[in-house]
Amino acid sequence: MRLTRRLAAILAAACMTGGVQAADQVKVGFLSTLSGPSAVIGLDIRDAFALAVKLNGGKLGGLPAQVVVADDQMNPDVAKQLVEKLLKRDRVDLVTGIVFTNVMLAVAPTVFESKTFLISANSTPAAYSGEGCSPWFFSTSWQNDGVHEAGGKFMQDRGYQNVALVAPNYPAGKDALTGFKRFYKGTVIDEVYTKLGQLDYAAELAQIRAARPDAMYVFLPGGMGVNFVKQYVASGLNKTIPLVGPGFSADEDLIKAVGEPMVGMYNTSQWAHDLDNAANKRFVTEFQKAYGRLPTLYASQGYDAAQLIDAAIRDVKGRLEDSDALRKALRAANFKSVRGDFKLNVNGVPIQSYYLRQVVKEPTGRITNKLQSTVLSAHPDAYASACKLK
Amino acid sequence: MDWILLLEQTLNGLQFGLMLFLLAAGLTLVFGIMDMINLAHGSLYMVGAYLAATLIAYTGSFTLAVLGALAGTAVFGALLEVSLLRTLYQRDHLTQVLATFALILILNEGTRMIWGSQALLLNAPEALSGPVELFPGLTYPAYRLLIIGVGLAVAVALYLLVAHTRVGMLVRAGASNREMALTMGVNVKRLFTAVFAAGAALSALAGALLGPLLAVQVGMGESILILAFVVIVIGGIGSIRGALVGALLVGFVDTVGRTLLPMSLRTVLPPAVASNLGPALASILIYVLMAAVLLWRPQGLFPARG
Amino acid sequence: MTGLHHSLLPRFALPALALLAAFPLVMQAIDQPFYIVLASRILIFALAASSLNLLIGFGGMVSFGHAAFFGTGAYTVGILMVHGVDSAWIAWPAAVLVSALVALLIGAISLHTRGVYFIMITLAFAQMIYYVFVSLKAYGGDDGLTLASRSQVGLGVDLESDIVFYYVVLAIVAAMLVLLGRLVNARFGRVLQAIRENETRAEAVGFPVYRYKLACFVIGGAAAGLAGVLIVNQNGLASPNLLHWAQSGMLMIMVILGGVGFLYGGVLGAVVLLLLEETLSDYTIHWQLGVGLVLLASVLFAPNGLLSLARRRAAGG
Repeated sequence: MRLTRRLAAILAAACMTGGVQAADQVKVGFLSTLSGPSAVIGLDIRDAFALAVKLNGGKLGGLPAQVVVADDQMNPDVAKQLVEKLLKRDRVDLVTGIVFTNVMLAVAPTVFESKTFLISANSTPAAYSGEGCSPWFFSTSWQNDGVHEAGGKFMQDRGYQNVALVAPNYPAGKDALTGFKRFYKGTVIDEVYTKLGQLDYAAELAQIRAARPDAMYVFLPGGMGVNFVKQYVASGLNKTIPLVGPGFSADEDLIKAVGEPMVGMYNTSQWAHDLDNAANKRFVTEFQKAYGRLPTLYASQGYDAAQLIDAAIRDVKGRLEDSDALRKALRAANFKSVRGDFKLNVNGVPIQSYYLRQVVKEPTGRITNKLQSTVLSAHPDAYASACKLK
Repeated sequence: MDWILLLEQTLNGLQFGLMLFLLAAGLTLVFGIMDMINLAHGSLYMVGAYLAATLIAYTGSFTLAVLGALAGTAVFGALLEVSLLRTLYQRDHLTQVLATFALILILNEGTRMIWGSQALLLNAPEALSGPVELFPGLTYPAYRLLIIGVGLAVAVALYLLVAHTRVGMLVRAGASNREMALTMGVNVKRLFTAVFAAGAALSALAGALLGPLLAVQVGMGESILILAFVVIVIGGIGSIRGALVGALLVGFVDTVGRTLLPMSLRTVLPPAVASNLGPALASILIYVLMAAVLLWRPQGLFPARG
Repeated sequence: MTGLHHSLLPRFALPALALLAAFPLVMQAIDQPFYIVLASRILIFALAASSLNLLIGFGGMVSFGHAAFFGTGAYTVGILMVHGVDSAWIAWPAAVLVSALVALLIGAISLHTRGVYFIMITLAFAQMIYYVFVSLKAYGGDDGLTLASRSQVGLGVDLESDIVFYYVVLAIVAAMLVLLGRLVNARFGRVLQAIRENETRAEAVGFPVYRYKLACFVIGGAAAGLAGVLIVNQNGLASPNLLHWAQSGMLMIMVILGGVGFLYGGVLGAVVLLLLEETLSDYTIHWQLGVGLVLLASVLFAPNGLLSLARRRAAGG
């Protein structure tokens, strides 16, 4: 009698969970650029993500986490292949990472089609922020135009009447400057488009010098930025024409490559390592302890991606199969971001503040970014209104 | 027309051209004399820059760093030649392409394993880190003047070496007719090692000197390697004079084209079209130049072989 | 040196084909669908490399700009789709035709040069096309051009299915290899090889050398364009990376590795290189070192490509 009653109780309990068992581990596919000239970025995000998981005891949302790392070599063709591998062979539950937009555009459709969540730790193109927004897309960085809009706002507020702009001649370059001009209302006396991968900027610098702007805003990602800043200082233009750039063009990796000549450069970013909140303090301290260097803004994005995933999985109590619940949990973004206030818009893109930083030389001799002020508060991206998701 | 700007752009073209010359000189010699396509030439350039960056961190002296980079890369080049590349001289060009391409992968990844993925710090000496006033109204970066100076000095030195010394004569003989040189009893093995080491030293010089202007990072050799090949093809394989002329041509056309072309297009075309077309055309200008030269002179401007 | 006759059916050919035909069914049975996708990709690159092998191995023309045709085929399909044409029956032949025309243009000019000058001028043309596409915002620029869907074939053939797509790729690649075999064993191929061995003699005998070389160049370009059609469908996107000189370089490495002038040289090179990359990158981010070492080893131990080892063994045994 007692046995049957116990058996019935067990059966009843099993039925009540609806047969949906919580998963026993979570597999995350981490796709990023880990080789080639831009490897520093992908490696930083990877290190930060790994740190977050480690600080969580090797778990995300209470489930043991297995992170499958793949190197896209900044090549969309290779990336497409890899994402197929992550989805079809490794059967990951979520995909994250993705530094570059051309890679993002190549892999996102496949990820969305397989009904897997994509948590971008960097690339947030307009294609997935506006009309093309997807219920599977989330970002813990900033809409691609964001830092440039902040740059434009800063230069507008600063009173620079006329400026010169520089960007490489490809759509991302043009988009960056369009974003800048959305908030900068002064005169653009020169808009220079350079060759992608160009090494020597002497000609462009001479041209800008002749145009005599009050300041210049430069979008030159990666090695191009390093080359430009070095040459800008060598030409002496740093004494007459201030240089402003997006945060990633003036972060730790560039400071390490250029050094003292960069002191004085202004840049806009959604994060600074001296932001005063508990989560950030812990992040920066632990990152320095684990890796012996200061994190870049890329690292902060990777750390937050892990935190977002962790919070969401915890909220759904490990039931990864319930996509709708997981989506709601992801949208709620129930965690303490290292950048302070963090909310996700309907398109999965953050609504956040953008800060002004300046490269300074500290009394200890260390050269790094110092937080100066807030340029844009609780700023939504320009495309969210076109997104039909609720 | 802004004459100051034009003059400055001319200097820029000269400087860019001389930068390319340093790299192209070694490449054309190796190709001309040993008949070897060396794709890893750009990697030697990278090794030079990395050695310079490392040495300057230890010694604090820019001059020591450059000299050390020169010596170190020359030794490294010689070792590479003696151990591996020597076996490639007899092989066809395609095998050389495969082997030196493999070398690029190995050297790139090896460099990354030793120094990491982060770009290295290499800055110009304090004294040269700002601009100089050449005459009222025209300031020019002091460091770039140094590059022009060194480039010209190297060009003169190479000319004297090749045209007026016995070694130079051997080099020229080897470039124009290797079999004959061999029959004449030239110690070819030693000559080849020496030429390769010299080419490596020149690349290292380019790498170390360009370090303060360009990013010192893994893969920095590949982007400039293509330009170097364009230069030696325009100039004619095996000819130092060709390398100089080709380099200056490429330097000027690229520099002037990049600024003048968009500007002039803007005067005749609507701004939207001009801002799209201008930079696109400027990017391909040197390739158009090379195609044009090859159609006129299919062996380049000053081919070494008769 | 390879002989004049190239057997289309060496001992391994039919068994290999049977294996390839059965492959996706096996993968499906053991629930490993990813490898079907990988196999499609390898087959596509095998075609691209073989098209280059026609130029290098049989025509003696070392082109460093072959990626131009590969990318042109891909972009033609992409651009047509942007303008509403998604039928494979229209887009695919159109893409092959456009690639052939581009090859005609580039070849007509480049073939006036020789040796390393030819290499460089083909590179130059490919770079020009690359920079044009990188800056064209209308067709994606550096971000690439995304396809709304794979090409529509109709007749109940749905390319969106990985297995169906694989079989289409296999059929096309096999057919192209048969074509290639027929070509090199026919008079056209023999004349080409004669030209490759000694151009002056061939000219003296009276062959219109330039015309033969140009025809070869165009055919190789068209075949690469076909490979481009397949890769853009495989990836769902046409990216300027397909046009970059690094892509040309990779194709060349495949041909040299597999064996220049061997009928299946391009195929073997593609298979080995891509599988090597695939397995090594699973283990370490420094996989490029491994690939470099393997390539170097092949230079030292298989001087005329991997297929030359087979011939050597056959000759010795």
